[in-house]
Amino acid sequence: MRPLATAKIAWRALRRNPMRSALTTLGIIVGVGAVIAMVGIGNGAKAQVEAQIASLGRNVILVFSGSTTASGLHTGMGSAGTLTVEDVDAIGREVSGVAAISPEVRTISQVVAGNQNWATQVLGESPDYFDIRQWPLAEGTPFTDRDVRSANKVAVIGRTTARQLYAGDSPIGRIVRIKNVPFVIVGVLTPKGLSVMGTDQDDVLIVPYSAAMKRVMGTTTLRSINIQAASATLLASMPRQITELLRQRHRIGPGRDDDFMVRTQQDIAEAATETSRIMTTLLGAIASVSLIVGGIGIMNIMLVSVTERTREIGIRMAVGAHARDILMQFLLEAIALSSLGGVIGIAVGIVAAKVLSAVANWPTLISVGSIAVAFLFSAAVGIFFGFYPARKASRLDPITALHYE
Amino acid sequence: MGALITLDQVSKTYRTGDIAVHAVREVSLDVGAGEFVAIMGASGSGKSTLMNILGCLDRPTGGRYVLDGVEVSELDRDQLADLRNRKLGFVFQGFHLLSRTSALENVELPMLYARGLTATQQHERALRALDLVGLADRADHHPNQLSGGQQQRVAIARALVNEPVLLLADEPTGNLDSRTSVEIMGVFQRLNAGSASRSNGQGITILMVTHEPDIARYATRTIIMRDGRIVTDVPVAERLNAADELRRLGPLQPVGP
Repeated sequence: MRPLATAKIAWRALRRNPMRSALTTLGIIVGVGAVIAMVGIGNGAKAQVEAQIASLGRNVILVFSGSTTASGLHTGMGSAGTLTVEDVDAIGREVSGVAAISPEVRTISQVVAGNQNWATQVLGESPDYFDIRQWPLAEGTPFTDRDVRSANKVAVIGRTTARQLYAGDSPIGRIVRIKNVPFVIVGVLTPKGLSVMGTDQDDVLIVPYSAAMKRVMGTTTLRSINIQAASATLLASMPRQITELLRQRHRIGPGRDDDFMVRTQQDIAEAATETSRIMTTLLGAIASVSLIVGGIGIMNIMLVSVTERTREIGIRMAVGAHARDILMQFLLEAIALSSLGGVIGIAVGIVAAKVLSAVANWPTLISVGSIAVAFLFSAAVGIFFGFYPARKASRLDPITALHYE
Repeated sequence: MGALITLDQVSKTYRTGDIAVHAVREVSLDVGAGEFVAIMGASGSGKSTLMNILGCLDRPTGGRYVLDGVEVSELDRDQLADLRNRKLGFVFQGFHLLSRTSALENVELPMLYARGLTATQQHERALRALDLVGLADRADHHPNQLSGGQQQRVAIARALVNEPVLLLADEPTGNLDSRTSVEIMGVFQRLNAGSASRSNGQGITILMVTHEPDIARYATRTIIMRDGRIVTDVPVAERLNAADELRRLGPLQPVGP
């Protein structure tokens, strides 16, 4: 085999028919461009969801109050208030690997500051919450364990709520009334953006859970518990420990359902990214169809080319080309067409994705990996669809081919 | 002088269904190095089949064929291709040049399938071959920019570029007018006589199929076939000299060296 010479022959053959070569390449350009752009859109959506998942915090385990059954009536998750502050203490004491823990109560409440009012999510948490969510303050300081013990009326405010209540002024030291109970604002949170569910996470007011329970909501049970595991590896083992402990504490006999629910960040992430993963696959699959159509275009042109150049093949064979040389020549022509289309298609796809990002405001993400896969795939299309015509050419009988009109 | 070609009882039989067609029947033939043989015969006489066998494009169904010491009958497809590449040059009636490809690239074609030549060497050899047929100044012309005679000379340059031992010409003047035909015979006669055509200075052996008795008279030996057999095999009695003929025809157009 003389690969370099064969490549040269293939290149000369393609150059002899520039218009045809360009049109054949166009099919692959469209195919590869579509794949790159579509996968870019899918990956962009996935990356956005992943970023939202990451905004939950690091190595987070959530324990929700479960449903109870009273007189045949099933209540929803989180509504029953089966978790208590004692449960939180017990988990902190007995489960190994707890880095931070925060009991949580929440209520939607109309909050008032001066002559402004705003309905917002009021969360009761412990100071650990800001570590668990990895949510630093932009201004002021968070409330402390002492504030929790004394059920002090202090609050940390989210960016959206702050803007609604105080416009451009600094809220630090100002009073906000929650159900007529005055709270002093000690800190302002950095903005976090939308949650996985699409709600504004900055539309929030966070107070010590003790204050929320005693002074605002008048409740003794928790909606949920936020736990941060000391390491990612512990995420696998901790839910079981927590479940066992809580079943024991709640005296749930074997065979009975839990009255709580344990979810890790991974569980939530998997559920949320599943949708975007399906979308990416679907978009990629649809775009691949056009790539395959482009490949069929190559096969079509190569078959025409073989027929049209039968005498050329005869001449080449007469002057000493092996069947293998002919096979390689036509295969290389097909691969050159498809990979050239691949390279241009990648550029077109990147541009298309950028345009979509700019015009439709969709997040797109083009990875080096998807570019490499698209290029290799386009070359593979050339090999796959070029092989049959090439083999047909290589099997011609030199005498018949020479006298072909 | 040893025989360059030895055919011993060579036959070629085609089978279509139950009917066997004997295209070539037990032909034996010796051609020495330096000969210029014209093969003649009516269509269907088996001369094309014989040429295909001699050109290693086809294998005989019976008998032995030895070319320049190589037993051809036993070679496989790729070995035949290598043999054609190294030892044979082909000239066809229809020129068979690659269209939209320069004369130089056409001449380079056989070297692309040969081993051990750099691109520069290929280039030089192709130019030398074109110079030999008087077309060095047309190297970058495409076939459609050349006259029939010029195209045939490019084809001859292509046939010569790998320095073959044997030149096979199948009706080389069939598509040319009489004056251009004589010019081509002039090129053949010069190549056959030797001189610059090959690195060892020896003349090239030519086998030429033609149906024109006038053209056959430029050869040194005439073979006439009928029904797959050689019926006549004689030296050319009154051999024509292409250079003299051209002088007689007058200086219509400049003739290549």
